[in-house]
Amino acid sequence: MTITPIAKSARVAKRSHRTLSSPWATAGAIILAAIWTVPTLGLFVSSFRPAADITTSGWWTFFAHPAVTAQNYVQTWNFVSSGITVSQTLLNSLTITLPAALFPIMLALLIAYAIAWMDFRGRHVLFVAIFALQIVPLQMLLVPLLKLYTGGVTLFGVQVFPGFAANSLGSGFAQVWITHTMSALPLATFMLHNALASIPGEVMEAAQIDGAGHGQIFLRLALPLAVPTIASYAIFQFLWVWNDLLVATIFTSGQNAPITKILADLSGVKGQDWYLLTAGTFLAVIIPLLVFFALQRFFVRGLLAGATKG
Amino acid sequence: MAKHYGILGLAGATALALALAGCSTPTTSNTAGTTGAPATTSAPATVTIYGTPTGDEGNQWEASWKSWAAANNITIQYTGDRDFTTNISTKIQGNALPDIAVFPQPGLMQAVIGTGKVQALDATTLAEVTKNFSADWQKYGTANGKQYAVPLDASAKGYIWYSPAAFKTWGVTVPTTWDDLMTLTATIQSKVGGPVWCAGFNSGDATGWPGTDQLAEYVLSASGGDVYDKWVAGDVKFTDQPIADAFTALGKILLDPRYVNAGFGDVASINSTPFGDVANALAGGQCALTNQATFLQASFATAKTAAGTTPKVAQDGDIWAFMMPPVAGKASVVGGGDFAVAFTDSPAVQKVMAYLASGDYANSLITVPGATFITANQGVDVTKQADPLLASAMKTLVDPATAFRFGAGDAMPSVVQQAWWKGTVDWINGTDQTTVLNQIQSAWADV
Repeated sequence: MTITPIAKSARVAKRSHRTLSSPWATAGAIILAAIWTVPTLGLFVSSFRPAADITTSGWWTFFAHPAVTAQNYVQTWNFVSSGITVSQTLLNSLTITLPAALFPIMLALLIAYAIAWMDFRGRHVLFVAIFALQIVPLQMLLVPLLKLYTGGVTLFGVQVFPGFAANSLGSGFAQVWITHTMSALPLATFMLHNALASIPGEVMEAAQIDGAGHGQIFLRLALPLAVPTIASYAIFQFLWVWNDLLVATIFTSGQNAPITKILADLSGVKGQDWYLLTAGTFLAVIIPLLVFFALQRFFVRGLLAGATKG
Repeated sequence: MAKHYGILGLAGATALALALAGCSTPTTSNTAGTTGAPATTSAPATVTIYGTPTGDEGNQWEASWKSWAAANNITIQYTGDRDFTTNISTKIQGNALPDIAVFPQPGLMQAVIGTGKVQALDATTLAEVTKNFSADWQKYGTANGKQYAVPLDASAKGYIWYSPAAFKTWGVTVPTTWDDLMTLTATIQSKVGGPVWCAGFNSGDATGWPGTDQLAEYVLSASGGDVYDKWVAGDVKFTDQPIADAFTALGKILLDPRYVNAGFGDVASINSTPFGDVANALAGGQCALTNQATFLQASFATAKTAAGTTPKVAQDGDIWAFMMPPVAGKASVVGGGDFAVAFTDSPAVQKVMAYLASGDYANSLITVPGATFITANQGVDVTKQADPLLASAMKTLVDPATAFRFGAGDAMPSVVQQAWWKGTVDWINGTDQTTVLNQIQSAWADV
């Protein structure tokens, strides 16, 4: 293990620590954070106001005329659309989101490791090609993927993949997982590649000299070192999938719809019940918040990974 | 390092568990929902229906067929999607078809029928549709001489809302012809000494649409279905006499500062008034007449009368409505409706389609608690509709003599519709009528 890069990055970190922790910077950060939070606070306050108040006056008037009710939450919790309830959609969202966040990370880790540390011809071209796929918009994938899922694949008269169901409005989460995994892979590969590639070559060489194969290096060296990046990417992907409505409505039935579908329906066909969205969004945001707070200590480290390389 | 292994191990185990749990689901339920399942299956058949209404409206739809489905051993799985009109195209291209789709407008449905994936109605359903619906309604679901669609519910535009109490005070009655309406307008104007009509055309990106509806109502009433159809198809131009006459006739109300915009300001304030706000002016007594569809009824729930109470919508109450009086004698309605088409050729689906076309279904639909459905199904028992306004709308709709057409704007290409919205706004703002008509007509060149 060489000293230089680490010492250098420590120096940079120290300098930036000094700049960022000056009282002015702290004050600025607090003010920015406060301004940033105001809309969320307004939403939160609104969610406890009676419907008539929400529709007729701004949330800040709450402090002058406080009137608190849990009615919005009760009404949201009892809301039923296309035969499903909010609690069911929350469960569906989790069932969709966890695998859809974990699958791309697992696959991308393997790809990224191979591209970063296995010497084979064309790996740089491959890396660029994978990342270039990032420019393909998700909307372009919908029809081809649906055809694949419904029709399956037959190569030279042999059925390679039978397809999921003749009717996409039947059930099944696999289509959603696969779609999210596919669309996430380019960015996941890119981020994890950068994390793995920044491991000093000397460390890898030392491990090889000690007799470790690629499998051992991947599991015992690369993986632990990439945890901050994995965690921060997991947050990204989790939030992205959690907030997705398009993929879910195209690829699942109403019975498997995620929370975003119920949120979209909550305001009513003519948007007359929009005040319910205040409570609905807070119910929907609880789980992502938990995930964020659980992983946030990795998040900052992951975002800074490579940023302080000097 | 051991700790990291813990996290990853747990994560991997969860993923695997979920993968197994999730993968087992499709196999079980797919067998039930498979399209084109053999006719011999005796287990409850599942029929999927895909449509636009969600939430309460969607639940009301589900309630309308629930007891029939249970009695006939059919499970109907309804999925509502606000983005139905966008998503149905994707699903059709991807061959991910519901058994039955319910289209909110005939234009898109005709395009979908054109893909060849829609099943023509079977003999039983066809007989029901022929028996229960007027030729105007049947025509929207016809292509290549075959009938594909079953009309479900309907909506009617062209209601003129007024205050029965105020009419009594002024000693005026509901007009029966367009000329009567103009006389009435002048009479009320002389009694109140200010504007009579209120109108709100503001609707965000779609500002102007309430005006296009009023114009369509006038054209259908004054010139009849043939001219209307040719106009929608682009064969009668906006600059042609029947359309220009309609603009002139409506302009006698909407562009006259003596008659508009009661409760809001001058003529130009029509463009800035949100379309639902006219309910407040009408309830508050500032405005005597306004033209809007039946859905305006919902806006009165939050409006207040001059006395500060919620207005009572009834023939002898604070607010009521009459249908736009005919210009040329014959009753006509501009409105909308939903149509069901089947993608799957199976006995269960055909059974559902036949039921949806029946008079029994129409009766079930209009009696769903809390709902405000109306239908053009002539097999309906109008007396079962408790709401008098909806009952009167339905009476007009099921009358075989009534000419029915969809809103012209919705049926035209969207570039033309948008040009027409914009033209309506310019027209209200005072742009000369000929210029406006030329401008709207020129949009047909971009189709």
